[in-house]
Amino acid sequence: MTPEAIVFWLLAALTVSSAAVVVLARSLIYSAFALLFTFMGVAGIYFSLGADFLAATQLLIYVGGILILLLFGVMLTHKLYDLDLKSEREQFLPSLIVAAGIFALLTVTALRTQWAVGPGRAPAPTTADIGRLFLSDYVLPFEAASILLLVALMGAALIVRRKKDA
Amino acid sequence: MIGLSHYLILSAALFCLGLLGLLTRRNAVHVLMSIELILNSANVNLVAFSRYGSGGLAGQLFAVFVIVIAAAEVAVALAIVLTLYRIKRTPNLDQASTLRG
Repeated sequence: MTPEAIVFWLLAALTVSSAAVVVLARSLIYSAFALLFTFMGVAGIYFSLGADFLAATQLLIYVGGILILLLFGVMLTHKLYDLDLKSEREQFLPSLIVAAGIFALLTVTALRTQWAVGPGRAPAPTTADIGRLFLSDYVLPFEAASILLLVALMGAALIVRRKKDA
Repeated sequence: MIGLSHYLILSAALFCLGLLGLLTRRNAVHVLMSIELILNSANVNLVAFSRYGSGGLAGQLFAVFVIVIAAAEVAVALAIVLTLYRIKRTPNLDQASTLRG
């Protein structure tokens, strides 16, 4: 096995096994901490694909932001003395069949299709190119995304605000 | 040799795990975590096509936008979950069955 293959299989095993813990764990806290390893595994996958800027973004935003927000969500929606932060599981068998069926379908599709694989992009630092593209070809989606983020955060603050008369 | 299809199957596995969580869990925060898994699987696909396909960096730019959307989505969704908890005293989605506040 080439070093590339070893790295890929290690990262894939880390990502998929911790994602399974996220989905199957009884306790919400276990799920949240397993999600940390899933995000790190995905960041490693980005590194192995040569997307260095995206891997750093993944670590900063997902691990540093979204995961912390989710942990806040876990803590704030349970009473603190209520130690069993359990999450119920329903209709497990039908869902498992549906998910496994979709996985089989996607796997067959991925293997059978003749993908238009181009010359590919040799791994090289991407940050400068991404920044240049954001401010030239993709400037409209960039501005739209920033306005969306502003509006979403203002909306979130508005939703959780306590009403005066309540 | 690791190729495009390896990454596509990895992303399919992540997607189906997220889907399983989405279908089986009733806790709102747990459902959000499953949605994050699904968004990550989409991102893995985009980056893999950016590496092996001929589209250049476009896939990675799309992935950055997906991360932005995910951040906005989590902020709004957690605000809704907290408000729901304040009204109903439960994070269980099945109990949120009325439209009245």
